[in-house]
Amino acid sequence: MYDQHIIFPGSVRNAEDGSGWRLGARLPYYRGQILSAVEDVALTVDGDKVPREHVRFTVRGRTFTLEQLETEYVERWEFGEVAEISVLQPGGLAPGSHRVTAAVQLRISYLPWSPVTSCTIDAAV
Amino acid sequence: MTKPHNIRRGVSLYSYQYETFLRKMTLDDCVAHAAGLGARGIEVVSEQSFTGFPDVPEEQIAGWFASLERHGAYAQCHDMFLDVKLYKDRKLNFGEMVASLQRDLRFAKRLGCRNVRVIVNTPPEVVVACVPLAEELDVRMGIEVHSPFHFDHPWILRYTELTRATGSDHVGYVPDMGMYTKNYPPVFRDRFLRLGATSKIVEFILEAHAARVLPDYVLMDVRKLGGNAVDLQMAETLRHNIWSNPRRMLEFMPWIFNIHAKFYEIDDSGREPAIPYEEIIPVLIEGGYDGHLSSEYEGQRHIEDAFEVDGREQVRRQQEMFKRLLGEV
Repeated sequence: MYDQHIIFPGSVRNAEDGSGWRLGARLPYYRGQILSAVEDVALTVDGDKVPREHVRFTVRGRTFTLEQLETEYVERWEFGEVAEISVLQPGGLAPGSHRVTAAVQLRISYLPWSPVTSCTIDAAV
Repeated sequence: MTKPHNIRRGVSLYSYQYETFLRKMTLDDCVAHAAGLGARGIEVVSEQSFTGFPDVPEEQIAGWFASLERHGAYAQCHDMFLDVKLYKDRKLNFGEMVASLQRDLRFAKRLGCRNVRVIVNTPPEVVVACVPLAEELDVRMGIEVHSPFHFDHPWILRYTELTRATGSDHVGYVPDMGMYTKNYPPVFRDRFLRLGATSKIVEFILEAHAARVLPDYVLMDVRKLGGNAVDLQMAETLRHNIWSNPRRMLEFMPWIFNIHAKFYEIDDSGREPAIPYEEIIPVLIEGGYDGHLSSEYEGQRHIEDAFEVDGREQVRRQQEMFKRLLGEV
Protein backbone atom coordinates (compact mmCIF):
# COMPACT_ATOMS: atom_id res chain seq x y z
CA MET A 1 0.00 0.00 0.00
CA TYR A 2 0.95 3.64 -0.50
CA ASP A 3 2.96 2.42 -3.50
CA GLN A 4 2.65 5.62 -5.50
CA HIS A 5 3.37 7.77 -2.46
CA ILE A 6 6.78 6.39 -1.43
CA ILE A 7 8.80 9.02 -3.33
CA PHE A 8 7.78 12.45 -2.08
CA PRO A 9 6.67 14.67 -4.99
CA GLY A 10 9.38 16.97 -6.27
CA SER A 11 12.02 15.62 -3.90
CA VAL A 12 14.57 14.15 -6.31
CA ARG A 13 17.50 16.56 -6.47
CA ASN A 14 21.28 16.72 -6.50
CA ALA A 15 23.18 17.45 -3.31
CA GLU A 16 24.45 21.04 -3.23
CA ASP A 17 27.98 19.92 -2.40
CA GLY A 18 28.16 17.62 -5.44
CA SER A 19 28.45 14.49 -3.29
CA GLY A 20 25.50 12.77 -4.90
CA TRP A 21 21.72 13.00 -5.10
CA ARG A 22 18.78 12.42 -2.81
CA LEU A 23 15.07 11.95 -2.54
CA GLY A 24 12.41 12.01 0.16
CA ALA A 25 10.74 8.70 0.91
CA ARG A 26 7.75 7.64 2.97
CA LEU A 27 7.32 4.29 4.65
CA PRO A 28 4.84 2.18 2.70
CA TYR A 29 3.07 0.80 5.74
CA TYR A 30 0.20 1.65 8.05
CA ARG A 31 2.25 2.17 11.19
CA GLY A 32 5.67 3.56 12.02
CA GLN A 33 8.52 1.06 12.22
CA ILE A 34 11.66 0.64 14.25
CA LEU A 35 14.53 1.00 11.78
CA SER A 36 15.78 -2.55 12.32
CA ALA A 37 12.68 -3.72 10.42
CA VAL A 38 13.74 -1.84 7.29
CA GLU A 39 15.55 -4.57 5.39
CA ASP A 40 16.24 -2.61 2.24
CA VAL A 41 15.67 0.62 0.38
CA ALA A 42 16.61 -0.36 -3.15
CA LEU A 43 17.00 2.39 -5.74
CA THR A 44 17.34 2.24 -9.48
CA VAL A 45 17.95 5.15 -11.85
CA ASP A 46 17.18 4.73 -15.53
CA GLY A 47 17.28 0.98 -15.02
CA ASP A 48 20.63 0.88 -13.20
CA LYS A 49 20.69 -0.39 -9.65
CA VAL A 50 22.30 1.88 -7.06
CA PRO A 51 24.82 -0.11 -4.97
CA ARG A 52 23.37 -0.68 -1.50
CA GLU A 53 26.54 0.61 0.17
CA HIS A 54 26.10 3.98 -1.55
CA VAL A 55 22.71 4.60 0.07
CA ARG A 56 22.24 6.62 3.28
CA PHE A 57 19.06 6.98 5.32
CA THR A 58 18.34 10.07 7.42
CA VAL A 59 15.55 10.84 9.88
CA ARG A 60 15.50 13.72 12.33
CA GLY A 61 19.14 14.55 11.70
CA ARG A 62 20.48 11.03 12.20
CA THR A 63 22.07 9.32 9.23
CA PHE A 64 22.55 5.58 8.81
CA THR A 65 23.94 3.21 6.21
CA LEU A 66 21.43 0.50 5.27
CA GLU A 67 23.58 -1.97 7.17
CA GLN A 68 23.43 0.21 10.28
CA LEU A 69 19.64 0.36 10.03
CA GLU A 70 19.48 -3.36 10.62
CA THR A 71 20.73 -2.99 14.19
CA GLU A 72 18.97 0.24 15.12
CA TYR A 73 16.33 -0.69 17.69
CA VAL A 74 15.31 2.73 19.00
CA GLU A 75 15.08 5.24 16.18
CA ARG A 76 11.98 4.97 14.01
CA TRP A 77 10.64 5.75 10.57
CA GLU A 78 7.31 7.19 11.57
CA PHE A 79 4.00 6.78 9.78
CA GLY A 80 3.84 9.19 6.84
CA GLU A 81 7.22 10.67 7.72
CA VAL A 82 9.46 11.73 4.84
CA ALA A 83 12.93 10.27 5.35
CA GLU A 84 15.85 11.54 3.34
CA ILE A 85 17.45 8.88 1.17
CA SER A 86 20.78 10.02 -0.20
CA VAL A 87 23.05 8.38 -2.70
CA LEU A 88 26.81 8.86 -2.68
CA GLN A 89 27.59 9.48 -6.33
CA PRO A 90 30.11 12.23 -7.07
CA GLY A 91 28.57 14.82 -9.36
CA GLY A 92 25.06 13.54 -8.78
CA LEU A 93 22.62 12.92 -11.60
CA ALA A 94 23.12 14.45 -15.03
CA PRO A 95 20.70 17.33 -15.75
CA GLY A 96 17.48 16.18 -17.38
CA SER A 97 14.76 13.62 -16.76
CA HIS A 98 15.39 10.35 -14.97
CA ARG A 99 13.26 7.36 -14.19
CA VAL A 100 13.71 6.61 -10.49
CA THR A 101 12.45 3.59 -8.58
CA ALA A 102 12.49 3.23 -4.81
CA ALA A 103 11.60 -0.19 -3.39
CA VAL A 104 11.21 -0.62 0.35
CA GLN A 105 11.45 -4.03 1.98
CA LEU A 106 10.08 -4.39 5.51
CA ARG A 107 10.30 -7.27 7.95
CA ILE A 108 6.78 -7.48 9.34
CA SER A 109 6.59 -9.71 12.39
CA TYR A 110 3.21 -11.28 11.69
CA LEU A 111 3.90 -12.03 8.02
CA PRO A 112 5.94 -15.06 6.98
CA TRP A 113 7.57 -13.03 4.19
CA SER A 114 9.12 -9.54 3.97
CA PRO A 115 6.95 -7.47 1.66
CA VAL A 116 8.54 -5.21 -0.94
CA THR A 117 6.67 -2.13 -2.09
CA SER A 118 7.97 -0.02 -4.94
CA CYS A 119 7.35 3.32 -6.55
CA THR A 120 8.59 4.58 -9.91
CA ILE A 121 8.50 8.16 -11.05
CA ASP A 122 9.99 10.34 -13.76
CA ALA A 123 11.89 13.17 -12.14
CA ALA A 124 13.51 16.23 -13.66
CA VAL A 125 16.88 17.16 -12.18
CA MET B 1 -38.32 -2.76 16.23
CA THR B 2 -34.77 -3.50 17.41
CA LYS B 3 -34.40 -5.24 20.76
CA PRO B 4 -32.80 -3.25 23.59
CA HIS B 5 -29.03 -3.55 23.55
CA ASN B 6 -25.88 -2.04 24.95
CA ILE B 7 -23.83 -1.68 21.78
CA ARG B 8 -21.89 1.56 21.37
CA ARG B 9 -20.49 2.98 18.19
CA GLY B 10 -16.87 3.87 17.66
CA VAL B 11 -14.19 4.31 15.02
CA SER B 12 -10.71 2.95 14.69
CA LEU B 13 -8.54 5.77 13.41
CA TYR B 14 -7.03 3.14 11.10
CA SER B 15 -9.96 4.13 8.89
CA TYR B 16 -8.50 7.56 8.17
CA GLN B 17 -4.96 6.32 7.63
CA TYR B 18 -4.74 7.44 4.01
CA GLU B 19 -5.64 10.99 4.91
CA THR B 20 -3.33 11.08 7.92
CA PHE B 21 -0.47 9.52 5.93
CA LEU B 22 -0.79 12.30 3.35
CA ARG B 23 -1.15 14.86 6.15
CA LYS B 24 -4.64 15.84 5.01
CA MET B 25 -6.06 15.04 8.46
CA THR B 26 -4.59 15.55 11.90
CA LEU B 27 -5.31 13.37 14.92
CA ASP B 28 -7.76 16.04 16.06
CA ASP B 29 -9.53 15.98 12.66
CA CYS B 30 -9.95 12.19 13.00
CA VAL B 31 -11.43 12.40 16.48
CA ALA B 32 -13.70 15.27 15.39
CA HIS B 33 -14.98 13.34 12.40
CA ALA B 34 -15.77 10.16 14.33
CA ALA B 35 -17.39 11.98 17.23
CA GLY B 36 -19.36 14.10 14.77
CA LEU B 37 -21.02 10.89 13.60
CA GLY B 38 -21.90 9.96 17.16
CA ALA B 39 -19.17 7.30 17.15
CA ARG B 40 -17.57 8.48 20.35
CA GLY B 41 -15.45 5.43 21.30
CA ILE B 42 -12.07 6.00 19.69
CA GLU B 43 -9.70 3.17 18.88
CA VAL B 44 -6.17 4.02 17.94
CA VAL B 45 -3.29 2.30 16.18
CA SER B 46 -0.83 4.11 18.39
CA GLU B 47 2.19 3.68 16.14
CA GLN B 48 0.18 5.43 13.44
CA SER B 49 -1.23 8.31 15.46
CA PHE B 50 1.68 9.15 17.74
CA THR B 51 5.41 9.48 17.22
CA GLY B 52 8.28 8.15 19.29
CA PHE B 53 6.35 5.09 20.47
CA PRO B 54 6.56 3.81 23.17
CA ASP B 55 8.12 6.99 24.59
CA VAL B 56 5.47 9.27 23.14
CA PRO B 57 6.15 12.86 24.26
CA GLU B 58 3.80 14.10 26.95
CA GLU B 59 2.48 16.96 24.80
CA GLN B 60 1.10 14.45 22.28
CA ILE B 61 -0.73 12.60 25.04
CA ALA B 62 -2.07 15.89 26.38
CA GLY B 63 -3.22 16.78 22.87
CA TRP B 64 -5.02 13.44 22.60
CA PHE B 65 -6.99 14.02 25.78
CA ALA B 66 -7.72 17.62 24.83
CA SER B 67 -9.03 16.44 21.47
CA LEU B 68 -11.24 13.76 23.03
CA GLU B 69 -12.68 16.24 25.45
CA ARG B 70 -13.22 18.95 22.82
CA HIS B 71 -15.25 16.61 20.64
CA GLY B 72 -17.07 14.67 23.32
CA ALA B 73 -15.27 11.41 22.57
CA TYR B 74 -13.40 8.92 24.75
CA ALA B 75 -10.46 6.53 24.42
CA GLN B 76 -11.64 2.99 23.81
CA CYS B 77 -8.86 0.71 22.55
CA HIS B 78 -5.13 0.74 21.87
CA ASP B 79 -3.99 -1.60 19.09
CA MET B 80 -0.66 -3.19 19.93
CA PHE B 81 1.88 -5.07 17.83
CA LEU B 82 4.40 -7.64 18.90
CA ASP B 83 7.62 -7.20 16.97
CA VAL B 84 8.82 -10.77 17.36
CA LYS B 85 11.17 -10.16 14.44
CA LEU B 86 12.76 -7.04 15.92
CA TYR B 87 16.14 -8.72 15.56
CA LYS B 88 16.98 -10.10 12.16
CA ASP B 89 18.83 -13.15 13.46
CA ARG B 90 16.42 -14.36 16.15
CA LYS B 91 12.90 -14.09 17.46
CA LEU B 92 12.11 -12.32 20.70
CA ASN B 93 12.34 -14.67 23.64
CA PHE B 94 9.50 -15.24 26.08
CA GLY B 95 10.63 -12.62 28.57
CA GLU B 96 11.03 -10.00 25.86
CA MET B 97 7.56 -10.72 24.51
CA VAL B 98 6.03 -10.40 27.97
CA ALA B 99 7.88 -7.11 28.50
CA SER B 100 6.61 -5.85 25.15
CA LEU B 101 2.96 -6.59 25.97
CA GLN B 102 3.37 -5.14 29.46
CA ARG B 103 4.72 -1.97 27.86
CA ASP B 104 1.56 -1.80 25.76
CA LEU B 105 -0.71 -2.34 28.75
CA ARG B 106 0.95 0.61 30.46
CA PHE B 107 0.71 2.67 27.30
CA ALA B 108 -3.02 1.89 26.97
CA LYS B 109 -3.49 3.07 30.52
CA ARG B 110 -1.63 6.27 29.70
CA LEU B 111 -3.97 6.83 26.73
CA GLY B 112 -7.02 6.20 28.87
CA CYS B 113 -7.97 2.99 27.03
CA ARG B 114 -9.67 0.20 28.92
CA ASN B 115 -8.96 -2.27 26.10
CA VAL B 116 -5.90 -3.47 24.24
CA ARG B 117 -6.24 -5.24 20.91
CA VAL B 118 -3.60 -7.98 21.21
CA ILE B 119 -2.33 -8.85 17.74
CA VAL B 120 -3.02 -12.43 16.74
CA ASN B 121 0.63 -13.52 16.45
CA THR B 122 1.08 -13.04 20.21
CA PRO B 123 1.56 -16.45 21.86
CA PRO B 124 -1.21 -17.22 24.37
CA GLU B 125 1.38 -18.01 27.08
CA VAL B 126 2.60 -14.41 26.79
CA VAL B 127 -0.93 -13.09 27.27
CA VAL B 128 -1.41 -15.33 30.30
CA ALA B 129 1.83 -14.04 31.84
CA CYS B 130 0.50 -10.49 31.54
CA VAL B 131 -2.81 -11.14 33.33
CA PRO B 132 -1.63 -9.87 36.75
CA LEU B 133 -0.55 -6.52 35.31
CA ALA B 134 -3.72 -6.24 33.20
CA GLU B 135 -5.80 -6.74 36.33
CA GLU B 136 -3.72 -4.30 38.34
CA LEU B 137 -4.12 -1.62 35.65
CA ASP B 138 -7.69 -2.66 34.87
CA VAL B 139 -6.86 -2.86 31.18
CA ARG B 140 -8.38 -5.78 29.30
CA MET B 141 -6.51 -7.79 26.69
CA GLY B 142 -8.60 -8.79 23.71
CA ILE B 143 -6.97 -11.22 21.32
CA GLU B 144 -7.57 -10.33 17.73
CA VAL B 145 -9.51 -13.13 16.06
CA HIS B 146 -8.67 -12.27 12.48
CA SER B 147 -9.18 -14.18 9.26
CA PRO B 148 -7.79 -16.75 8.41
CA PHE B 149 -8.22 -17.55 12.11
CA HIS B 150 -11.67 -18.07 13.59
CA PHE B 151 -13.03 -19.22 16.94
CA ASP B 152 -12.54 -22.92 16.16
CA HIS B 153 -9.03 -22.59 14.75
CA PRO B 154 -6.40 -24.51 16.78
CA TRP B 155 -4.45 -21.30 17.53
CA ILE B 156 -7.55 -19.61 18.96
CA LEU B 157 -8.56 -22.80 20.76
CA ARG B 158 -5.22 -22.64 22.60
CA TYR B 159 -5.96 -19.07 23.58
CA THR B 160 -9.32 -20.06 24.86
CA GLU B 161 -7.99 -22.99 26.82
CA LEU B 162 -5.06 -21.17 28.42
CA THR B 163 -6.70 -17.83 29.08
CA ARG B 164 -9.94 -19.30 30.39
CA ALA B 165 -7.91 -21.34 32.88
CA THR B 166 -6.69 -18.10 34.48
CA GLY B 167 -10.26 -17.29 35.49
CA SER B 168 -9.50 -13.66 34.73
CA ASP B 169 -12.11 -11.34 33.28
CA HIS B 170 -9.31 -9.20 31.85
CA VAL B 171 -8.57 -11.45 28.91
CA GLY B 172 -10.83 -12.15 25.97
CA TYR B 173 -11.30 -11.43 22.28
CA VAL B 174 -11.49 -8.68 19.70
CA PRO B 175 -13.05 -10.41 16.67
CA ASP B 176 -12.35 -8.88 13.28
CA MET B 177 -15.39 -9.05 11.03
CA GLY B 178 -13.15 -9.88 8.07
CA MET B 179 -13.69 -13.51 9.08
CA TYR B 180 -17.28 -13.09 7.92
CA THR B 181 -16.50 -12.36 4.30
CA LYS B 182 -19.60 -13.94 2.85
CA ASN B 183 -19.21 -12.54 -0.65
CA TYR B 184 -15.93 -11.92 -2.43
CA PRO B 185 -15.21 -8.17 -2.04
CA PRO B 186 -15.91 -6.32 -5.31
CA VAL B 187 -13.05 -3.90 -4.59
CA PHE B 188 -10.63 -6.85 -4.58
CA ARG B 189 -12.08 -8.27 -7.80
CA ASP B 190 -11.91 -4.92 -9.60
CA ARG B 191 -8.33 -4.27 -8.58
CA PHE B 192 -7.20 -7.69 -9.81
CA LEU B 193 -8.95 -7.00 -13.12
CA ARG B 194 -7.11 -3.67 -13.37
CA LEU B 195 -3.83 -5.46 -12.63
CA GLY B 196 -4.41 -7.91 -15.48
CA ALA B 197 -6.34 -10.86 -14.09
CA THR B 198 -7.96 -13.14 -16.69
CA SER B 199 -11.70 -12.55 -16.72
CA LYS B 200 -12.73 -16.21 -16.98
CA ILE B 201 -10.38 -17.17 -14.15
CA VAL B 202 -11.74 -14.30 -12.07
CA GLU B 203 -15.22 -15.77 -12.60
CA PHE B 204 -13.90 -19.20 -11.58
CA ILE B 205 -12.40 -17.81 -8.35
CA LEU B 206 -15.60 -15.93 -7.49
CA GLU B 207 -17.62 -19.14 -7.93
CA ALA B 208 -15.12 -21.09 -5.85
CA HIS B 209 -15.35 -18.51 -3.05
CA ALA B 210 -19.14 -18.65 -3.15
CA ALA B 211 -18.98 -22.47 -2.97
CA ARG B 212 -16.45 -22.30 -0.06
CA VAL B 213 -13.91 -24.45 -1.91
CA LEU B 214 -10.68 -24.82 0.06
CA PRO B 215 -8.21 -22.16 -1.11
CA ASP B 216 -5.49 -24.78 -1.71
CA TYR B 217 -7.74 -26.54 -4.20
CA VAL B 218 -8.63 -23.29 -5.92
CA LEU B 219 -4.95 -22.43 -6.27
CA MET B 220 -4.24 -25.82 -7.83
CA ASP B 221 -7.12 -25.38 -10.25
CA VAL B 222 -6.06 -21.86 -11.20
CA ARG B 223 -2.58 -23.20 -12.00
CA LYS B 224 -4.09 -25.95 -14.13
CA LEU B 225 -6.19 -23.38 -15.95
CA GLY B 226 -2.98 -21.55 -16.83
CA GLY B 227 -3.62 -18.60 -14.53
CA ASN B 228 -1.14 -15.73 -14.64
CA ALA B 229 0.63 -14.25 -11.62
CA VAL B 230 -2.27 -11.88 -10.87
CA ASP B 231 -4.82 -14.73 -11.09
CA LEU B 232 -2.76 -16.68 -8.56
CA GLN B 233 -2.51 -13.64 -6.33
CA MET B 234 -6.28 -13.31 -6.43
CA ALA B 235 -6.70 -17.00 -5.58
CA GLU B 236 -4.33 -16.49 -2.63
CA THR B 237 -6.70 -13.91 -1.16
CA LEU B 238 -9.22 -16.68 -0.52
CA ARG B 239 -6.96 -17.86 2.29
CA HIS B 240 -7.45 -14.60 4.17
CA ASN B 241 -11.08 -13.88 3.43
CA ILE B 242 -12.94 -16.69 5.07
CA TRP B 243 -16.58 -17.07 5.91
CA SER B 244 -17.39 -18.56 9.28
CA ASN B 245 -20.77 -18.34 10.93
CA PRO B 246 -21.20 -15.17 13.02
CA ARG B 247 -23.50 -17.12 15.36
CA ARG B 248 -20.33 -18.80 16.65
CA MET B 249 -19.68 -15.55 18.56
CA LEU B 250 -22.65 -16.24 20.84
CA GLU B 251 -20.70 -18.69 22.99
CA PHE B 252 -17.84 -16.21 23.42
CA MET B 253 -19.88 -13.07 23.99
CA PRO B 254 -19.00 -12.54 27.68
CA TRP B 255 -15.33 -12.35 26.69
CA ILE B 256 -15.70 -10.15 23.60
CA PHE B 257 -14.46 -6.68 24.55
CA ASN B 258 -14.48 -4.94 21.21
CA ILE B 259 -15.47 -5.60 17.61
CA HIS B 260 -13.31 -4.63 14.66
CA ALA B 261 -16.06 -3.72 12.24
CA LYS B 262 -13.82 -4.25 9.24
CA PHE B 263 -15.21 -3.14 5.90
CA TYR B 264 -13.91 -2.81 2.40
CA GLU B 265 -16.60 -0.60 0.97
CA ILE B 266 -20.05 0.70 1.73
CA ASP B 267 -21.75 1.02 -1.62
CA ASP B 268 -24.27 3.60 -2.77
CA SER B 269 -27.12 1.51 -1.38
CA GLY B 270 -25.56 1.78 2.10
CA ARG B 271 -24.53 -1.88 2.34
CA GLU B 272 -21.19 -3.65 2.66
CA PRO B 273 -21.38 -6.05 -0.28
CA ALA B 274 -18.87 -8.53 1.16
CA ILE B 275 -19.46 -8.57 4.93
CA PRO B 276 -23.14 -9.01 5.86
CA TYR B 277 -23.62 -6.64 8.79
CA GLU B 278 -27.37 -7.17 8.51
CA GLU B 279 -26.66 -10.75 9.66
CA ILE B 280 -23.89 -9.93 12.12
CA ILE B 281 -25.43 -7.15 14.19
CA PRO B 282 -28.58 -9.08 15.13
CA VAL B 283 -26.28 -11.82 16.49
CA LEU B 284 -24.47 -9.26 18.66
CA ILE B 285 -27.79 -7.94 19.93
CA GLU B 286 -29.11 -11.44 20.59
CA GLY B 287 -25.94 -12.34 22.50
CA GLY B 288 -26.08 -9.24 24.67
CA TYR B 289 -22.78 -7.90 23.36
CA ASP B 290 -21.63 -5.08 25.62
CA GLY B 291 -18.99 -3.10 23.78
CA HIS B 292 -18.18 -1.10 20.69
CA LEU B 293 -18.61 -1.57 17.01
CA SER B 294 -15.38 0.04 15.89
CA SER B 295 -15.38 1.06 12.22
CA GLU B 296 -12.28 -0.21 10.48
CA TYR B 297 -12.15 0.91 6.87
CA GLU B 298 -9.71 -1.20 4.87
CA GLY B 299 -10.81 -0.49 1.33
CA GLN B 300 -8.24 2.25 0.77
CA ARG B 301 -5.47 -0.18 -0.12
CA HIS B 302 -7.65 -1.83 -2.76
CA ILE B 303 -8.66 1.32 -4.61
CA GLU B 304 -5.71 3.68 -4.15
CA ASP B 305 -4.23 2.75 -7.53
CA ALA B 306 -7.26 4.03 -9.41
CA PHE B 307 -9.46 6.18 -7.21
CA GLU B 308 -9.35 8.99 -4.72
CA VAL B 309 -9.58 7.52 -1.21
CA ASP B 310 -12.29 9.02 0.99
CA GLY B 311 -12.11 7.42 4.42
CA ARG B 312 -14.45 10.00 5.91
CA GLU B 313 -17.28 9.26 3.50
CA GLN B 314 -16.81 5.51 3.92
CA VAL B 315 -16.88 5.72 7.72
CA ARG B 316 -19.92 7.98 7.54
CA ARG B 317 -21.74 5.43 5.41
CA GLN B 318 -20.88 2.56 7.73
CA GLN B 319 -21.98 4.51 10.78
CA GLU B 320 -25.30 5.30 9.05
CA MET B 321 -25.68 1.57 8.48
CA PHE B 322 -24.95 0.88 12.16
CA LYS B 323 -27.53 3.42 13.27
CA ARG B 324 -30.10 1.70 11.09
CA LEU B 325 -29.23 -1.81 12.29
CA LEU B 326 -28.96 -0.76 15.94
CA GLY B 327 -32.36 0.91 15.86
CA GLU B 328 -31.04 4.43 16.41
CA VAL B 329 -32.99 5.80 13.46
